[in-house]
Amino acid sequence: MSHHTHAPSADHGHHGEHALPFWRKYIFSVDHKVIGVQYTVTSLLFLFFGFCLIMLLRWQLAYPGQPLPLIGQFFPETQMISGIMLPEFYYQLGAMHGTIMIFLGIVPLAVGGFGNYVLPLQIGAPDMAFPKLNMMSYWLFFIGGVIMLASFFVPGGAAQSGWTSYPPLSNIAPPGQTWWLVGMAFLINSSLLGSVNFIVTIVQLRADGLSFFRLPFFVWAQFVTSFLLLLAFPPLMAASVLQLMDRVAHTSFFMPTGLVVNDQLAQVSGGGHPVLWQHLFWFLAHPEVYVLILPAMGIVSEIIACNTRKPLYGYKALVYASIFLGFMSFIVWAHHMFLTDMGITMSAFFQVTTMIISIPSVIILTTLVLSLWGGSIRFTTPMLFALAFLPMFGIGGLTGLPLGLTASDVHLHDTYYVIGHFHYVVAPGTIFALFAGVYHWFPKVTGRRMNETLGKIHFFFSFIFMNCVFMPMFIQGLAGVLRRMYDPMQYAHAQPVQPLNEFISVSAWLLGLAQIPFIINFFGSIWRGKKVENDNPWQATTLEWTAPTPPPHGNFAHPPVVYRGPYEYSVPNARQDYTPQTAKEVL
Amino acid sequence: MSSEIRYISHPHPVTGVTNSKLGVWCFLASEIMLFGGLFSALVMLRGGSTNWPHGFEVLNVPLATLNTMVLITSSVTMVLSWASLVRKDLGKYRLYMAVTVLLGLAFLVIKSFEYGYKFEHHIYPSKSTFYAIYFTMTGLHGLHVIGGIIVNAYFLLPGSKLWHKDPEQFTGRIEAAGLYWHFVDLVWIFLFPILYLL
Repeated sequence: MSHHTHAPSADHGHHGEHALPFWRKYIFSVDHKVIGVQYTVTSLLFLFFGFCLIMLLRWQLAYPGQPLPLIGQFFPETQMISGIMLPEFYYQLGAMHGTIMIFLGIVPLAVGGFGNYVLPLQIGAPDMAFPKLNMMSYWLFFIGGVIMLASFFVPGGAAQSGWTSYPPLSNIAPPGQTWWLVGMAFLINSSLLGSVNFIVTIVQLRADGLSFFRLPFFVWAQFVTSFLLLLAFPPLMAASVLQLMDRVAHTSFFMPTGLVVNDQLAQVSGGGHPVLWQHLFWFLAHPEVYVLILPAMGIVSEIIACNTRKPLYGYKALVYASIFLGFMSFIVWAHHMFLTDMGITMSAFFQVTTMIISIPSVIILTTLVLSLWGGSIRFTTPMLFALAFLPMFGIGGLTGLPLGLTASDVHLHDTYYVIGHFHYVVAPGTIFALFAGVYHWFPKVTGRRMNETLGKIHFFFSFIFMNCVFMPMFIQGLAGVLRRMYDPMQYAHAQPVQPLNEFISVSAWLLGLAQIPFIINFFGSIWRGKKVENDNPWQATTLEWTAPTPPPHGNFAHPPVVYRGPYEYSVPNARQDYTPQTAKEVL
Repeated sequence: MSSEIRYISHPHPVTGVTNSKLGVWCFLASEIMLFGGLFSALVMLRGGSTNWPHGFEVLNVPLATLNTMVLITSSVTMVLSWASLVRKDLGKYRLYMAVTVLLGLAFLVIKSFEYGYKFEHHIYPSKSTFYAIYFTMTGLHGLHVIGGIIVNAYFLLPGSKLWHKDPEQFTGRIEAAGLYWHFVDLVWIFLFPILYLL
């Protein structure tokens, strides 16, 4: 095989590694591991920043109209007047929280971070198929992030029409919205390059003997996710182009005839359709939900198999369910639009597909729960987070059913019930899975373990406060409290549940404090963590644990050859309770 | 040896394609969804409109027909340039690739005459939703043409050095660039009747 191969680039061969200057090795690197770490660190910072935005916002909800103590005085008058938050700033915080958490936090961490670092190792490849595109993908993401952050400083502030940017409101919003659209264009192209790279890598570069049904479920999850990113993001690109035209060239794609703005007829040609944006937006944003959840499921299944010391229950069911899930996710988007003028026939169709898509989700969750049965579970920090993922995602999924049914959605649409529902899916759901992944793969990346005591403090406080934050939102939503309300006291029906807002806000700030042990642990363990004894500290079976620690450029000393499936734990009559994929015979 | 990426110039024995060819097909799938989104928007806007003009009444059909011929011809020369490489004829390759680049430029020049004529008569995207989608879609297509010309010009001049190092990989690159160029051509084949003739 060797004479049919080529190094990714002439100056980047195996021996050229040490000759590379610092900026090529750690900043503009083409190595998937460096890019994975870059993605991980950047997106963790964005996650923290996005969380800070919402912690600020929660002050206004808990204590409406009162000056923010201590830090309130440092904000300019366009944002807060003597510490009292202005409505414009409140809406910027909300819109940018959503945008940053989804597009700059969770997706880059789950796909760009874990996918880039772990996936080539798990399939026994030396790198991604297109290393230079991989680097470009990260830098497009970085530029997109900088544009999003910079938009806070333009006149009128950042985007403030919600992360969904519904027109006509977003069309007439201040310039920050244009920055948002341009930033999204960078992020969309970044994910396009990433998804092409992932698909080609998985199809072409699997190690010898590693058939599709010997792939770890994490790889399958990334595979399906890549197709969703590849095919669902472009319609949002199309929508962004149209909205950009509306804002810059004054077209009327989303501006209807006879639109009145500030008591005056809008000076546009008209003839557009605001709901067109919603169709294009949700065609991305519903598959996006599965982009957020599938990699999380992949991470959790790796950790569950390793920490129960037994094979996953129903591996093939998991694979087929996730493929079906990926397919179905393209035909459920309009269940976000039951309250538009699209008509009852359309609603009925999307209600049915929505009910159907819950089936594969339930299959995946059930197989993961059944995988615990009869295992000798190790309650390590990653396992605790993975175990917590299961009921949290379960609550998130089940509370989604009333939203997928048109009749009950009429009452619940755009209330705090929706906020509670999807945060259960992505916050204690996906983010817990991502924390689990950080604790699980940290020893492979750094050669040192993270501290278990700090990890458990982080877990238990996060678990308690996450639920304190999101559970009361269901009550508020059922009481009819709408999302995106600057003044929570505006409506009489919201006043009885106002005390809950204070409880939620305090819990959110405590949740912020609960992340301190993680931050200390993460950075402290890089230099002071306990060194791992060998390359496989968790006694796991998949290929990344057979690579040297930390893996060098090119990953493996010799191309690995695979002889068995991914989860051969506790094979009967074996001397040790795990059999690596590279083992020719049961050990 | 382990740090080398496989199937860069030789196809994978099972999938039958090189990495770059599979990558380009994936990229084109994504592009179809991009233009698909815009075509769907066009259908929805037209369906909801009461006074949508016929393209042939307001747009310059003869120029667009000429442009269609130019672009189809460039697709043919693109294939010929790739076929020359398969037959190991670098000289012919350069000739056909140069013609492809020139035809691409010719398309843009003709298109800019069309745009210029509209601007002279104060017809901008903001005039009506029809012109909005016309300028947006042809503009985005034009950007794709510019991208293709840049790629082709690169392979015509500095990029062709690879031929002497690894002819197979270079041929694969031209094939991938060709797939993209045909796609750009194909988008126009849809745009032309839908915008100009219907």
